[in-house]
Amino acid sequence: MNIIVCIKQVPDTAEIKINPETNTLMREGVPSIINPFDLHALEAGIELRERHGGKVTVLTMGPPQAESSLKEAISMGADEAVLLSDRAFAGSDTWATSYTLAMAIKKIGADIVFCGKQAIDGDTAQVGPETAEFLNIPHISYIRKIEEVKENTIRVQRMMDEGYDVVESPLPVLLTVVRELNQPRMPSLKGKMAAKKAEVKTMGMADIGADEECLGLKGSPTQVKSIFAPEVNADKMMIEGTPGEQVDNLIRELRNIKCL
Amino acid sequence: MPIIINPDKCTGCETCLDSCPFDAIELKDGKAYINEYCNACAACLSVCSEGAIISTESGAQTKERKQLIEDYKDVLVFAEQREGKLAPVSYELLGAGRRLADELGTGLLAALLGADESEAMELVKWGADKVLLCSDPVLEKFNDDVYSEVLAKIINEYKPSIVLAGATPIGRSFIPRVAARLRTGLTADCTSLEIDKDTKNLLQIRPAFGGNIMATILCPDYRPQMATVRPRVMKRGEYDANRTGEIINVDVDNLTPGTKVIESVKEVSEISVNLHEADIIVSGGRGVGGEKGVRMLEELAIALGGVVGASRAAIDEGWIPYSHQVGQTGKTVNPKVYIACGISGAVQHLVGMQSSDIIIAINKNPEAPIFNVATYGIVGDLFEIVPMLTKKIKEIKGT
Ligand SMILES: Cc1cc2nc3c(=O)[nH]c(=O)nc-3n(C[C@H](O)[C@H](O)[C@H](O)COP(=O)(O)OP(=O)(O)OC[C@H]3O[C@@H](n4cnc5c(N)ncnc54)[C@H](O)[C@@H]3O)c2cc1C
Ligand SMILES: Nc1ncnc2c1ncn2[C@@H]1O[C@H](COP(=O)(O)O)[C@@H](O)[C@H]1O
Repeated sequence: MNIIVCIKQVPDTAEIKINPETNTLMREGVPSIINPFDLHALEAGIELRERHGGKVTVLTMGPPQAESSLKEAISMGADEAVLLSDRAFAGSDTWATSYTLAMAIKKIGADIVFCGKQAIDGDTAQVGPETAEFLNIPHISYIRKIEEVKENTIRVQRMMDEGYDVVESPLPVLLTVVRELNQPRMPSLKGKMAAKKAEVKTMGMADIGADEECLGLKGSPTQVKSIFAPEVNADKMMIEGTPGEQVDNLIRELRNIKCL
Repeated sequence: MPIIINPDKCTGCETCLDSCPFDAIELKDGKAYINEYCNACAACLSVCSEGAIISTESGAQTKERKQLIEDYKDVLVFAEQREGKLAPVSYELLGAGRRLADELGTGLLAALLGADESEAMELVKWGADKVLLCSDPVLEKFNDDVYSEVLAKIINEYKPSIVLAGATPIGRSFIPRVAARLRTGLTADCTSLEIDKDTKNLLQIRPAFGGNIMATILCPDYRPQMATVRPRVMKRGEYDANRTGEIINVDVDNLTPGTKVIESVKEVSEISVNLHEADIIVSGGRGVGGEKGVRMLEELAIALGGVVGASRAAIDEGWIPYSHQVGQTGKTVNPKVYIACGISGAVQHLVGMQSSDIIIAINKNPEAPIFNVATYGIVGDLFEIVPMLTKKIKEIKGT
């Protein structure tokens, strides 16, 4: 079974702070990590291979330094790694990212493609389903359990608002996964050795036979017009005094607004 | 709008390097250099005191593009249903859609899949001018491929300029497929939607980088402009039982889903919390210190007739189940009153409760960021304040 896991290198958003004076992000010293959801996707891929045989390829589109994330994935147990890197991919929105990933996946070939539910930098959760559309294969989102894998079909549990659906799909299929699916393993010593030796294959526009009009900033239908700091509430009222006075004042305010 | 650096003006001061959210500015040979990760977001333009950073406007739209854009007019809302009944987010989307359609002077359409005419009439009463109804039984249960096919067909036929859908498990799953198929842009989880006065384009505002910053996204050259919106972010429109509109049956043939839903299982949490419907939420964070603290908040919530919410820290500690979590990876709420007790106000929490009408923050640290979004702030120990508050409220209510 050929399994591809799409991973993205992202800044650890929990560590990002905003500079209150310039209203810009302070990224200095913010570590780059594998998108947390993608670790669950990778774990799912490795577990499937352990049970059914085959090969796990990790795939990422990003700058040359994203190679370190691919190596980390190999140390966890991935067999091969592909880095999609090309100036022409720069500035891709989800449409162009998905197109690019899909062109590469077609070249590599897969029975099952795993993605994380969403990437923590953009939080869009769009790249998985869009990639499946470009591949012209079904997808199932928010997988929390894989119930059964047969030669040509898979049965999974998909998380919904008030419970879950049991869904069956023919292969090939693309699955996006949530945290509840599994517990990602730590890199093994053997894996770390393998990662040191591993060759990351780099592919560019020509290697995947992509149409330049569909790539990068030029191929992206959406544009970022501006970026700004979230508003802070200017009319906030601090309630001072002893705890007793604070409570009394709060009660008065709650009455004013007819909450009491 | 590619961004470029004028090397003659650049002094190599590095001020712009930190302003870039994408790490796209480097220093090369003593000058700033824009690398391939530039998203043309323009965040760096204003920080350069030398005026060395310039945005070059993209080429004029081709005639065909202009025509295409003019051909797309109305606003379309995807009205989600579950077991044949409209999901609440549908009313909220109609509220937002009505406002946009009125501003543009166009019609408001709603697409309803897998429900019947009586639900379609409800959409009219909530503001839709036309409902495109497809009642094929295959659509009763959600399936990505057939839903994508029918919605793409409706969009191709009715050519709306704007398409809105709920950022629910259903909307977030199949709307991206539709956007990919239609070769157009999609903006996830918008918190605000406005029309640009000059260009009439849709300004789609959403949090990025875990809520640390907000971004305005445009889709100027492609149609429709598609956006998803989280439940409880937009206000419902007006309900008018006498409103009339047109219901158009959409015919489809041979819809055969590739994926099959074998069963749908409902899971109701032990204490069923309906954070979405609650008018008052009393929320606790790490500061409540344990299950005892949570019980104290429960008492306040009961006295006020509300429910209990929580930050992720309180959930990770195991003091309260996940179904109570408010925030980026929990629920988005907008009650009339949100009382945050012992919550620091991390952006991931704020994005889930910021749009509450009134926010009351109780925290012993005056510097806690929660005070930045609070309507009323109390610096103090919640173990003193909360029981006193509960007691007084009980007295007033005579309970
Ligand atoms: C990808 C991602 C997604 C996330 N999603 C969410 C999410 O959906 N929801 C969410 O909430 N978080 C989320 N988080 C976590 C978030 O970043 C914060 O870690 C979390 O919200 C902190 O919770 P807290 O405010 O309860 O705890 P803390 O930050 O530890 O704050 C506790 C506060 O309690 C105050 N306090 C302590 N004792 C008292 C007392 N006796 N009286 C009064 N005040 C007191 C302290 O001054 C402090 O401000 C996410 C993080 C990541 C990386
Ligand atoms: N540049 C990328 N390279 C590889 N996979 C990606 C990339 N961007 C997104 N993905 C995958 O798509 C998922 C959803 O990402 P997003 O739509 O950006 O929230 C991620 O969890 C990854 O599995």
